[in-house]
Amino acid sequence: MTDELQLYEVFIRSRRGLDHKHVGSLHADDPQQALEYARDVYTRRSEGVSIWVVASRDITASQESDCESFYDPLDDKPYRHASMYQMPEGVDSL
Amino acid sequence: MTDSALIAKFAVRQGDDALVLGHRLSEWTSRSPFLEEDLALTNVALDFVGRARMFYQYAATLTGGDANEDTFAYTRDAREFSNLLICELPRGDFAFTICRQYLYDAFALPFMQALMKSSDQQLAAIAAKAEKETKYHVRRDTDWMLRLGDGTEESQGRMQKALDDLWGYTGELFDVDDVDRALIAEGIVPDVSLLRDQWLETVSDTIARANLELPQADWKAAGGRDGIHTESLGFLLAELQSVQRAYPGLKW
Repeated sequence: MTDELQLYEVFIRSRRGLDHKHVGSLHADDPQQALEYARDVYTRRSEGVSIWVVASRDITASQESDCESFYDPLDDKPYRHASMYQMPEGVDSL
Repeated sequence: MTDSALIAKFAVRQGDDALVLGHRLSEWTSRSPFLEEDLALTNVALDFVGRARMFYQYAATLTGGDANEDTFAYTRDAREFSNLLICELPRGDFAFTICRQYLYDAFALPFMQALMKSSDQQLAAIAAKAEKETKYHVRRDTDWMLRLGDGTEESQGRMQKALDDLWGYTGELFDVDDVDRALIAEGIVPDVSLLRDQWLETVSDTIARANLELPQADWKAAGGRDGIHTESLGFLLAELQSVQRAYPGLKW
């Protein structure tokens, strides 16, 4: 048992979902305990059938200040979207 | 006693164990060491209260008349409660609560597994549900036993003290009386006295892994099944039953 509990991010795959979705975070002593607490904190109402926990410190995240260089250059490249195409007859979704 | 009266008595005993232990766990709500554990303990408390309801409802069906789950829970006095003493002891510190839970759940797992084979379909069904919950409880309890036992000097000391204080109450888990004997003979309930070796093996292993010492209690508490309780049960019931005692028959 360490003195300081670590922060973990919790991902849950719902019964009918195909992928794990981020649902929140919690504190635990190690990954195993984090998994058990995730069960108790986030699946009380049968929300899921599979849980992932990841130590928050292991996540490398983009920063607010990255926005300009990351996303702004995409604004003038509308041809990357499929929105210009006419939907063929009989196709409901692309 | 007829078979159904005996089964009702057995169901009430199991219901009492679950209700009283569940209430003790519920006392931690908002007082746990941290938020995540608060939710986890409350979940376990709810499992036990749910288990109590299933046993009481079945007992009420067998008893007939005005009996229902609420009359069992709210209108009997301490002398009529038949829970094991280990379930009613005050919650103590966190180590005591975890240790009690571990010692009880380590028994409940093989017990419920054996009860699943009961010739009584209803008891077998209740046991099947309880067994699933208990597997998770044992996993949680064992985890905490290891964390606290093999933790700091403080946590280890508290866990060892809890173990020493509780050990004399574990013998009662394996006591068999006339009610049990009659039901065991018909294959309706398991013989708990046969579960002791398995329990001791499991518990000894965890205690060793948790860096704790197996206590050598030279005393054994008994009397719970006959309604002879410690002084703390009366206080527990006073709180548990206060609303129904003040407003008899009140509906939620």
